[in-house]
Amino acid sequence: MSAPRRSTNPSGLERYYVLTKGRSGPGGSASSLDVATLIVSRTTPVPGMQHEHEEILRRCRDPLSVAELGAHLGLPFNILAVLLTDLLEAGRVEARDPIPAHSAGRGPDLALLEEVLSGLQRL
Amino acid sequence: MDFKGFDQPGGPGSGGTRSVKVMIAGGFGTGKTTMVRSVSDIKPLTTEETLTQASAADDHLIGVADKTETTVSLDFGKISLNESLMLYLFGTPGQERFWFLWNGLFKGALGAIVLVDTRRLASSFRAIEEMERQNVPFVVALNVFPDSKDYPVEEIRDALDIPANIPVVACDARDRASSRDVLVALIRHLKDRSAVALESR
Repeated sequence: MSAPRRSTNPSGLERYYVLTKGRSGPGGSASSLDVATLIVSRTTPVPGMQHEHEEILRRCRDPLSVAELGAHLGLPFNILAVLLTDLLEAGRVEARDPIPAHSAGRGPDLALLEEVLSGLQRL
Repeated sequence: MDFKGFDQPGGPGSGGTRSVKVMIAGGFGTGKTTMVRSVSDIKPLTTEETLTQASAADDHLIGVADKTETTVSLDFGKISLNESLMLYLFGTPGQERFWFLWNGLFKGALGAIVLVDTRRLASSFRAIEEMERQNVPFVVALNVFPDSKDYPVEEIRDALDIPANIPVVACDARDRASSRDVLVALIRHLKDRSAVALESR
């Protein structure tokens, strides 16, 4: 398929439709993506890749949250989640969910809370 | 892949970086964005979500025409706690009715700060109720505005019907150290809760 790399009128819903090839909601592995999930590239961009995928890989050489990525790329969460699912399923990025204070079955994570506290006290 | 709760073995580059998140809730105009701004290491950013107000159970074909879309913005900031741990702070949208539309907004958060403007106590009622309903641990921070009357904390606790085990602290959301102290109060509260949970096991 020889779709243009960028829409000629890249605004609003039309642009999002093109970016996601019409897919609307995050499903599968992206359904657990959180605004504070860290995304890290595992590969470098390859030629012929969708522009936005390339951009994500470039920006996530160092771990970057989904929220930051959305702000930098000017994409809403749900659209970004679709693009990230593609990359996750292709093994091109890794996603790390924010650590909750309680992990299921493991009880409260006191070491984590201590680490947060000492970080804050250094501010 | 699921890395929840596990320390990362030192991979290549910054492989071990992890994140935690804290939500800042409260009524409209209580200073949520101000607090994010004062305590963040980075210039605060905004992320958006397009919410579709339609029941997920609706038939796709029938539901389409009835969907209304709303864009909800979250202001957020970041604090580097150490080389490998980032704290993300999210200011919740002013209209609480969006909180449950944004799936999992509070899920995975360490806890929340509920900001209260003492001149308009009622504006944060709903936020406190939501935290209790969603079982999110929280502390209440009274944002002291220049023309706020100096209310005793306990009087406000009574007025807002906040249980004795939930800390209520005063702060100035414009001030970095003061906002930091509210975060410290939240983490201490989480530690206390954890200690209680461990004892009762």
